[in-house]
Amino acid sequence: MNRHGIVIEDTFAEAFGMQATRVIITAPEPRWAREAAVSMTGFATSVIGCGVEAGIETELAPEATPDGRPGVSVLLFGMSTKAIGKQLEKRVGQCVLTSPGSAVYAGMSAGERVDLGRKLRYFGDGHQISKLIGARRYWRLPVMDGEFICEESTACTAAVGGGNFLVLARSQRQALRACERAVAAMRRLENVILPFPGGIVRSGSKVGSKYPALPASTNHLYCPTLRGVTDSRLAPEIGAVLEIVVNGLSDEDVRRALRVGIESACAAGRESGVERISAGNYGGKLGKFHFPLHEVMA
Amino acid sequence: MSPMVVTLRDPPARRIDLSPLSPQRLQHLRREAIGRIPLQCGNRRYLLRDLFTLEGDDPGTLVIRNTGAILDGIGAFMRAGRIRVEGDAGDYVGLGMAGGSIDVHGDCGHWLGSAMTAGRIRVDGDCGDFAGGARPGERRGMAGGTLVIRGRAGDRLGERMRRGQILVTGSVGDYCGARMLAGTIAVMGQVGVAPGYGMHRGTLLLRQPATLTATFADCGVHELDYLRLLFAAWRELGHGGSAFADAGVRARRYVGDLATGGQGELLVPPD
Repeated sequence: MNRHGIVIEDTFAEAFGMQATRVIITAPEPRWAREAAVSMTGFATSVIGCGVEAGIETELAPEATPDGRPGVSVLLFGMSTKAIGKQLEKRVGQCVLTSPGSAVYAGMSAGERVDLGRKLRYFGDGHQISKLIGARRYWRLPVMDGEFICEESTACTAAVGGGNFLVLARSQRQALRACERAVAAMRRLENVILPFPGGIVRSGSKVGSKYPALPASTNHLYCPTLRGVTDSRLAPEIGAVLEIVVNGLSDEDVRRALRVGIESACAAGRESGVERISAGNYGGKLGKFHFPLHEVMA
Repeated sequence: MSPMVVTLRDPPARRIDLSPLSPQRLQHLRREAIGRIPLQCGNRRYLLRDLFTLEGDDPGTLVIRNTGAILDGIGAFMRAGRIRVEGDAGDYVGLGMAGGSIDVHGDCGHWLGSAMTAGRIRVDGDCGDFAGGARPGERRGMAGGTLVIRGRAGDRLGERMRRGQILVTGSVGDYCGARMLAGTIAVMGQVGVAPGYGMHRGTLLLRQPATLTATFADCGVHELDYLRLLFAAWRELGHGGSAFADAGVRARRYVGDLATGGQGELLVPPD
């Protein structure tokens, strides 16, 4: 199979079952909602080292937020609801509570509940106020610029993490440009995030290492500088490989994002320097979700 | 199916306790069985069919006609369904209500919504004293749900209220929100003396200037963003709720009642 002359390899992306939640951050101005969200989703690329994978899903107009102010929707993915709850408390407490004019609300209603403001309220030192509006409880914490509004809890749902595809190009710059086009298109989709910096990964990993303490190490089969000393998967003309990792609330969300991303990465044809599209997997043994590229692009 | 219409034949001299007519109880009964429900009227007992005529076949929606202030306990302890009162109602409307909705197209007596925990009551006219308040011997008043009063409310509105919302479009009497524990009371009209007297927590949102006791501390004028959440919910209540939403989120905040160590808030229009 090929797209615009670029080969789509007959392989599959392997993804994992995760838990996810969504929170809505609002502020008096879009810029400050975004500042809080960027801060909250920092250092959240991989559950291996960060505890949670997080990213901005979309920016929200005032009419789409609970309090009628500009907002940002954030998705967090973890291996369990407990892990999400732990990270949520830290990240909201350090990054959203501290951001001027901010408020944070649950972005999901159905599913297992995790704390959002239930413990944060104690920052109010006895001056915090609870408000039950409909079935939703909010906490008002007095802070130096007024009040921080925080919903008591949010919901978690089963989700999919680690969907991916690889862009194999003649040079690093060409791989990067193709991935940038893919990221721009994928970020317009709802229910998905691209947790890595700028949505792109340059250090794809394999499971295990020659060093027993390490759970993962560099994916040497795709490192162009090791072509001569490993059982490399790279043809001689491939100068660089970049990966796009996508987490979504369902396998269909991930599948749609992969399709949109690959289509955009290939849109400029072979003239763009992109030679092949591949995907990362572990032989199908570790991940519950498989996304065969030919099926995704059919 | 058509709503079950209960029409009072001839108003008796004594009060009638209608608390047995909760929709969840009636929905499992045939019309004949409903007609045999005993009702207390003064110191006597009658069957429902002796006092009322019955029409319709859906007791999940109950319409009460030819009403008056002698009909007590309408919708008491109801958990689901709808009741529409076409006229005035007596005391204890929605007493201990735990779900469903009551619409009164007239005035109500005292203790409206007392001890209710969920559901919605809307009164087009006025109501008496202690709406949403605790009855004698009870430690807490209303503990959930929404009470919308489009007319005036009497004294001690929401006394010892624990949770829920009370919205009054007209004026209210003295000691509004007295000894309130939590929840929200909003009043568009004038309030009587000592609003928030002895309140512990909760919010009294007043849209007209009021004379407060000296035991409320002025915390200044603020834009309170949580009011946006309240107003968004209140807009869904129709006219009785949207009137508050139009007035904005800027308010002068008083905290009290400091005489009892309270941390309730009393919001009044900014100067």
